Amino acid sequence: MFDGIKKRVVCMWFPRLASDRVLRARPCDGPFILTLKTSNAERIYCLNTEAERRGLHRGMSFADARAFCPDLVSHPARPEQDARFLSVLRRWATRYCPWVGREGADGLVLDVSGSTHLWDGEAAMLDDMRAHAERAGLNIRLGCANTRGAAWALAHYSNDPVDGALEQLPAAALRLDEKVISGLQRLGLRTIGDISTTARAPLARRFGSDLLLRLDQMLGVQPEPITPEAEPPHFGVRMTMSDPIGLLDDVMGVTARLLDPLCKKLKAHEMGARKLSLTLRRVDQGSQQVELRLAAAMRDPLRILPLFERGLGEVDAGFGIDQMRLEATLVEPLMMEQIGATTPRNTPDQLNDLITRIGTRIGLENVQRFLPADSHIPERGFTIAPAAYSTPEGPWVSLRPRPLLLFRPEAIAGVGSTPPERFRWRRMSLTTARVTGPERITPEWWLQDESWHTGLRDYWKVETRQGRRLWLFYTPQNPGWFVQGEFA
Amino acid sequence: MPATFHNAFPLRSGRVHEVSGPASVSFAAIAGATVRSKGLWVREGWQSEQLNPIALSHFMTPADILIAQTRDQIDSLAVAEEALKDGSVGFVIIEITRPLDLREGRRLQLAAKAGRTTGLCLIPEGMGSNAAETRWNATPLFDPQRKDSTLMRWEINKNKSGTIGAWNVRWDQETRRLHVVPPAGK
Repeated sequence: MFDGIKKRVVCMWFPRLASDRVLRARPCDGPFILTLKTSNAERIYCLNTEAERRGLHRGMSFADARAFCPDLVSHPARPEQDARFLSVLRRWATRYCPWVGREGADGLVLDVSGSTHLWDGEAAMLDDMRAHAERAGLNIRLGCANTRGAAWALAHYSNDPVDGALEQLPAAALRLDEKVISGLQRLGLRTIGDISTTARAPLARRFGSDLLLRLDQMLGVQPEPITPEAEPPHFGVRMTMSDPIGLLDDVMGVTARLLDPLCKKLKAHEMGARKLSLTLRRVDQGSQQVELRLAAAMRDPLRILPLFERGLGEVDAGFGIDQMRLEATLVEPLMMEQIGATTPRNTPDQLNDLITRIGTRIGLENVQRFLPADSHIPERGFTIAPAAYSTPEGPWVSLRPRPLLLFRPEAIAGVGSTPPERFRWRRMSLTTARVTGPERITPEWWLQDESWHTGLRDYWKVETRQGRRLWLFYTPQNPGWFVQGEFA
Repeated sequence: MPATFHNAFPLRSGRVHEVSGPASVSFAAIAGATVRSKGLWVREGWQSEQLNPIALSHFMTPADILIAQTRDQIDSLAVAEEALKDGSVGFVIIEITRPLDLREGRRLQLAAKAGRTTGLCLIPEGMGSNAAETRWNATPLFDPQRKDSTLMRWEINKNKSGTIGAWNVRWDQETRRLHVVPPAGK
């Protein structure tokens, strides 16, 4: 087996990642803490050295902390932003080696085998890491060893970062549960040296295989992989022109040239663009954006290009455009499709293109479709949703006659609980010829609805001698007659 | 008389037609149903009257209808022209609020011809345009015989390729068919 190069692993630990992230933006000399609401109380999530010196610690309640130091500066913690910051650091760490993975929520692990000579040796590389982190305002602790477990232990528990002695480190350096560690301490096994010299079988029986696995991983008997994270693909292309352009045809030409590689990349990742943004930078450094929202995910340059025409026509080129940048700001998975021998005329693609084209004029959310909804209230028996973001649904059931047109209730004169013999509506005098009803509908009390504040409604279908077939209702709790719809 | 009705009624595709009168929405729903295809209904967003898809399901599948809510009539016409020309919807219904001029009417006709689609403008009384292929007036009628009837009187008062006439019609919701009813007393 080839054994020329020993594996070398560096563990970076940012002990105050969360507070350092906030303090980078707004430095603060005094005690500073981040608070997070856990188990129903504001507790300290992360703190700076000054706060620690004053006797605060993680997990302490915020009220106590304020009592300890009145001049405490606090800030709510944002763990999701910390995670994003760590992924930025992960990208930064690829300058040392290509093989970088995350280690928990506040650490990175780098497989630097074979890349140390580029930095004139390990010590110089670690110094460089430290210097960069310090300049960025980050607390960092490093560990460098032959295995991932050992590097982690050195970073967290040792003062000697490079190949420090492992035997003297506490049992907690094995990355174990709190329970196992206290169990080990109860047996008098306080350091890693103690554990490694104890008979293995009784340990495995007592604490399970996890303890021995961690020990073997630290000592290099068992391998432990480092998973490098893949960069998420970036769907953006740009082109810089040597001479500024301004004619619509030229700009469309450049857009076509940008679309080609973008769509190829989308195809390689089996993705389709849903939203495209084209940024045009002018010679005077001003920039304009053309947004294109598509009704369905697509990646066919020939279909996308004409959709840009309207947006580009409105751009003011000024003294000329010298850089264009096209980015797919919203992408969706779009599988490859088999192309048939015959293409039908009315494909869903064609309809989606139409929706997109109409949407560029009146706004994509104004092209709508009906969806059924579960309610007895006539105006809530259906919903209207943007067609681009919904799929047609069914079935549509109507148990009772419903009018084709619905409008806001219009009051008419009438008394009593049966429809009036003759009434005036929209300046027409109408005579009742036949009535059907009543159908009682009660308001949905769990929803606040202003128009139903008059309470129960008794709906009647009223056919008039004049031909109009109207939907009237009577409100018995608040006597009055209204017209709300017209039948076909 | 029914023979001439069938010459006129399933509205000729590739053309834009007009309908007015109190039952124009019913006329549009029936005309859309006879095309048996997806359709687009263009209306201005400020209108408070609303189409009820539950009742519309007696004429066609509401899932096949797309609605475009526009700001003003200029937008409505632009959207309608785009949809007529495209041909991926079988019919386009446009609610008109001011009279079309000759240019607008002609452009809609050309778009419908290019896309081989049917266009139908719902016009207020007396706002017809000269470019329309046919112009109808639809009024509901009281039907003494049947309950839940959809009896209507359809008059065609302009027809570029045929004669004018008037018929009483009724939509059968179960079979989704249009019946021409002989006038009472004959």
